[in-house]
Amino acid sequence: MLKNLCQKMFGRSLWVYHANSGGCNGCDIEVLNVLTPYYDVERFGIKLVGSPRHADVMLCQGPALRSTAKALKRAYEAMPSPKLVFAIGSCASGGGLWYDTYNVIGPVDKILPVNFYIPGCPPRPEAIIYGVAVAVGLVDKKTSPVKIKQLELPIPRYHPDQLSGEGELVVYEKAEKV
Amino acid sequence: MSLLSKFKETLICLRAGKVTLPYPRQARPLPERFRGRPLFDAMKCIGCAGCANNCPAREILVYDVCQEVRILKYLGRRCTYCGRCADVCPEKAITMSKEFENATDQIGDIQQQLDLFMSTCQRCGRCFKEPGPLEQLQMKGYRADDLGKERWIYRSKAYLESQPEVDDIKIELD
Repeated sequence: MLKNLCQKMFGRSLWVYHANSGGCNGCDIEVLNVLTPYYDVERFGIKLVGSPRHADVMLCQGPALRSTAKALKRAYEAMPSPKLVFAIGSCASGGGLWYDTYNVIGPVDKILPVNFYIPGCPPRPEAIIYGVAVAVGLVDKKTSPVKIKQLELPIPRYHPDQLSGEGELVVYEKAEKV
Repeated sequence: MSLLSKFKETLICLRAGKVTLPYPRQARPLPERFRGRPLFDAMKCIGCAGCANNCPAREILVYDVCQEVRILKYLGRRCTYCGRCADVCPEKAITMSKEFENATDQIGDIQQQLDLFMSTCQRCGRCFKEPGPLEQLQMKGYRADDLGKERWIYRSKAYLESQPEVDDIKIELD
């Protein structure tokens, strides 16, 4: 549903606005590296614009700080309506290493509705291009939650004080199931 | 004059050649020591919670459901792929993979959860000798994390008999 909508809305070209709300500049460098001739995303129509009013996509870097959260919210509200928000880096998608300090509110999705998360510290330029491709609907996402169990339960458990009988004939009165 | 400079520019550009990497069709080979997402091997894990103690982002939670089942949950939202968990793991159950294409629309997609079986002594019915109160304060691995709210919690045990167990030290309060 969202994928089809994205393909319809953002079929031609994405103009991205680059918002740093208190990151360490590592993700900024990676995003700018995406726009250099080495990764040249302008051949896909992705272009960096300076104003949120011209943008379709907001690239958020850095956690939402107490001082910048208001400005981030204002920049989001200034964007015209079919809009996407990308949380780039572990700060934007999870709050960063200093998620519990006094000036950090937390991840960006506490302030804005985030559509796509690109974890990594910083994510590789390829990872950012991959995230944009997932958003536009060119490729499917690769990750899914993993849950592994070591053993099947329940396992019988015996206690020494519940043993009765002696010698060869030992009886467990009750075998607890965990 | 200006025409000559344009020619010069053209020559410089021709000498530089094509630098654009063919990423979406063909990935560049990763550097040898690149660290991507950590992968947890449930068969090798012994549940010592060393990774949970050493995680600087506090993204690995440990919770004992009952006597014999310990849940280890890796959230991965703010993981910086530093590889400390893989360094400290005594059984080498954590490997830093080379996966970097982790972009999702659901942040829960990066989670990994291990349900570990802690085998007990047939005589005493416990996993291992319970540490004393002072040791319990120091050993952060034997804590009870809040898996529902995905929070990292210390549970300190008071020494005095008049003070019962209180959840007095809580990290990451909302």
